[in-house]
Amino acid sequence: MILEAKNLEFSYTPEKVLFHDVSLSVNRGEILAILGANGAGKSTLLNCLANLLTPQKGEVLLKGRPVNKISLRETARCVGYVPQSHRPAYGYQVRDFIVMGRAPYLGIFRQPGKEAYMLADQVMDEMGIAHLAHRSYTDLSGGERQQVTIARAMVQQPDLIMLDEPTNHLDYGNQQRMIHTIKRLADRGFGIIITSHMPDHVLLLDGKVGILDDEGNFQVGVCGEMMKEERLRSLYHVDIHLVYEPVVNRVVCVSGEGEK
Amino acid sequence: MKRKYPVFMMGMIGVLFLLILTACGMGRYYISPFDVFKIILSRIIFIPETWDPQATGIVLTLRLPRIITAVLVGSAMALSGAAYQGVFKNPLVAPDMLGVSSGACVGASIGILCGGGGAVIQTAAFLGGITAVLTAASIPKVMRNHSMVMLVLAGIIVGGVLDSMMGLIKYLADPDTQLAEITHWQLGSLTKAVWADVFYMGPPILLAMAILLALRWRINILSLGEEEAKTLGTDVRKTRGLVIICATLLTASSVCISGTIGWIGLVIPHFVRMLAGSDNRKVIPLSVILGAIFLLGIDTIARVLTSAELPLSILTGFVGAPFYFYLLLKQRMRLS
Repeated sequence: MILEAKNLEFSYTPEKVLFHDVSLSVNRGEILAILGANGAGKSTLLNCLANLLTPQKGEVLLKGRPVNKISLRETARCVGYVPQSHRPAYGYQVRDFIVMGRAPYLGIFRQPGKEAYMLADQVMDEMGIAHLAHRSYTDLSGGERQQVTIARAMVQQPDLIMLDEPTNHLDYGNQQRMIHTIKRLADRGFGIIITSHMPDHVLLLDGKVGILDDEGNFQVGVCGEMMKEERLRSLYHVDIHLVYEPVVNRVVCVSGEGEK
Repeated sequence: MKRKYPVFMMGMIGVLFLLILTACGMGRYYISPFDVFKIILSRIIFIPETWDPQATGIVLTLRLPRIITAVLVGSAMALSGAAYQGVFKNPLVAPDMLGVSSGACVGASIGILCGGGGAVIQTAAFLGGITAVLTAASIPKVMRNHSMVMLVLAGIIVGGVLDSMMGLIKYLADPDTQLAEITHWQLGSLTKAVWADVFYMGPPILLAMAILLALRWRINILSLGEEEAKTLGTDVRKTRGLVIICATLLTASSVCISGTIGWIGLVIPHFVRMLAGSDNRKVIPLSVILGAIFLLGIDTIARVLTSAELPLSILTGFVGAPFYFYLLLKQRMRLS
């Protein structure tokens, strides 16, 4: 098991517990998708798993070791983190940006050498983004920036890649391509944890699903068990249908009143 | 720029050396750069004296300490600016934002008020600067809010208090003697620079510079923001703390020697980023060199053009501010 969480509880203020009794696990090649309403605490949960926030109760084990006993440096060799799409203050060249993924392997006064750049080039080839190498990160489109940040996470050579709402701010085509990319990462053996607002994306990923509701309850299971109309309706408070669609040969998630 | 960077860097170092030699020769008593070179070299190896013996004293005692001081201060200011801009992930931040310049100013002015001599004034300036930055850094701790914005606000608070203290000190100062001295020093000047300044302030400046140069790739990572730097395995508090301490040491040391000389820390790194891109591996070394060239150029103009010797911050403002406007204008046009 790469990552295991036991009975996590977190609150920013003593009055409101954001989530409680969160237990989950992710192995190599496995995808865990976390669904939840706005403000339910998906990103906070992800930050707890990534050792960026410390939960009040419970513990996170990374390869069997409690994460609060592991330095950020060691964590970063094990977990690659792809934050929500954003535009940093400085437009670093894509190649230089991706090579920053080597930071957890380099001493504080060291700089990445030829090997680090070779690895970055190799990952860029694999991701099919070699043509972006000399562009400025800030000039890229949202979809390209996400791909580049994933490449940076891969250069970290982690066991697990976490993505915080990776399909946000992407157009429809890029959303589908992102889902495809995530599946490919899992096939390559990375464990994957993503947060998402899109039940249909979760169906497409067809891995483990965790659902975090407004009350801070968390349930986790395989896609087929977890993705039930009733559960999704009470989560989003809208009419939701899971329908088999023969054209794509899968169950799709749609919303609407439908014919009565 | 990518492949041209090493060439450009070497070129700029060459320009700086030529400028140093030329500046040593400029002034009421002209000495050719070639003679200057021989005079300086004659300190190290034996060269038959073919120049006016008077020139030796002028170059070595009068001009060289001031020129080296200008080089040190200019590079220190530009470098501290680049470093602050990196860690605060904001290219518009200036080195005095943490109140360091103001703090050092207040410290030095108190030294002047107490009638202290050079060493006392310098120590007081240094203590003032360090106190200011420690206060600014502790405000976010009290607020339990470690965001970048909070630190910027803390700097504004500290700077505000210190500027008022500066006003109070001027109000209390003896208008005949002390006020003039404080005002002149506050406006920034290298007129009084002697070898002692170089020996006192050179080592801390060079040390902080060396550390920042070694950290320059980490500053790239810090500039991605606190959270992202953490996910890349960086101990943000320690690394950022080290950068801030070094940058503050640079600012405080510069203020000690030359008062507050504005604009360099803002304009030079900005200009360098336009030339060489955002990568601090290039921005930081280039800022050091171009900052030195800029201030040495300005100081030489101040020294040679007017017999009255205009205070430096007046000139850096007149040159720096419109130049900054030009940079913004050019960037805006490229963006849109």
